[in-house]
Amino acid sequence: MTATLEVVRAGVRSTIQDLGRVGLAHLGVPRAGALDAGALRLANRLVGNPEDAAGLEVTLGGCVLRPSKAVTLAVTGAGCAVWVDDRPASWALPVAVPAGAKVRIERATTGLRAYVAVGGGIAVPPVLGSRATDTLSGLGPPQVQDGDVLPLGTPLGPPPGVDLAPYPALPDELTVGIRLGPRDDWFTTEAIETLCTASYAVSTLTDRVGARLIGPPLTRAVTRELPSEGVVLGAVQVPANGQPLIFLADHPTTGGYPVVAVVEPEALGGIAQARPGTALRFRVVDR
Amino acid sequence: MRVLRTGRAALLIECDAPTDVPAWYRSLLQRRATGALHADEIVPAAQTVLLDGVTDPARVAAELRTLRITPAAELDPTAAGLVEIPTVYDGPDLDDVARLWHTDRAGVLAVHTGTLFTVAFCGFAPGFAYLTGLPERYHVPRRDSPRPRLAAGTVALAGEFGAVYPNASPGGWQCIGHTEIRLFDLDADPPTLLVPGTRVRFVPQAVR
Repeated sequence: MTATLEVVRAGVRSTIQDLGRVGLAHLGVPRAGALDAGALRLANRLVGNPEDAAGLEVTLGGCVLRPSKAVTLAVTGAGCAVWVDDRPASWALPVAVPAGAKVRIERATTGLRAYVAVGGGIAVPPVLGSRATDTLSGLGPPQVQDGDVLPLGTPLGPPPGVDLAPYPALPDELTVGIRLGPRDDWFTTEAIETLCTASYAVSTLTDRVGARLIGPPLTRAVTRELPSEGVVLGAVQVPANGQPLIFLADHPTTGGYPVVAVVEPEALGGIAQARPGTALRFRVVDR
Repeated sequence: MRVLRTGRAALLIECDAPTDVPAWYRSLLQRRATGALHADEIVPAAQTVLLDGVTDPARVAAELRTLRITPAAELDPTAAGLVEIPTVYDGPDLDDVARLWHTDRAGVLAVHTGTLFTVAFCGFAPGFAYLTGLPERYHVPRRDSPRPRLAAGTVALAGEFGAVYPNASPGGWQCIGHTEIRLFDLDADPPTLLVPGTRVRFVPQAVR
């Protein structure tokens, strides 16, 4: 019999994520995948999985899992206390979980999204080459619910022996590297100056599609409508209200508002972990 | 034509005219197929083609600026597939569209089935294809308030575009009919019938 992972308690919002669907944007299929891809990759490495295996993305922690067989499990991303039955277990290290034991991941004390990898990976059937839930289009497995029983794959081998996995601390204020363009010339010089110097705050309306920001609005120099054009992960789009929004993994493949800049890939993990209210500044790395 | 840098690994090609987009798209697909271009995504849109996942964007941008593409007018139109979409003209906005076109229901059917559409690009939702080809005098505005739910297969118009909703979704387009044909199938490769460049003809179907 194959191993399964019972989701005793799913938490506020938990989805299955891998590294997403790349190569289908021309068909309108969003990429999806872990918002903090570095954290999922690390969790997978810690349990001996390929980095692109599917795990759980648990928003704010607070979930309980029970494997049917003995497994190796790792929790990364948001900082959470981890328990195996009544024993405390390590965060961001491989944890040996006996068959039937309850793994309790407490509410996150830092960050926003915890990642749970299990040896063998979550083996729900892939959809268009990925097991990721896409909250924008509804592709992939549904959001994880209390009582779900998820199939697990076969582990490739024993997990690596690890005593310490370096993981950067989450800063109180984010500094996000950007490259201006493609539509920076649609904004006034003052707007670009504002973008590069002002402090923004992450809004409560932040989800897997995008991190909305609150701060000084960016004024357009070109006010005509932008014909829909392809957008990339990390695009800083400026809708009609002038408040920038950073596109995350479930972003639409095309958009009709100008993209003033694009976030450097290294900054995306920090944005995925930024709780509403976190201060954020942009820094231009290349003009 | 302009090539705009878009972050570290992407380029946005802004075409001189929307009619150049299919020519650029096809030319870039060919370059990728022959190994002359590496890109994870090639995404056509209204006036642009996005290249994402490009390993050396500065070099590719320089190459693109010297590239001569075959103009759309010289492309072989039969090289792309033709999809016929059997359509029942029974949409709730049929009378509104007839009024905007100064005709009646039969007139809307005649214009819509008489137009050879082309998939300009996809977006909004998986398999949602923006169809061009409708003469400018038949362009219609979106509805003032969007409907909360349009059924999969709804045949609709907005602005310069036609479309068929691949899945149920909210929508503000003018609905003129519906089709039973399945546009988006996860088990098919590619999962959608209407890939960019495909020509589309709507064929009238009586209500059974």
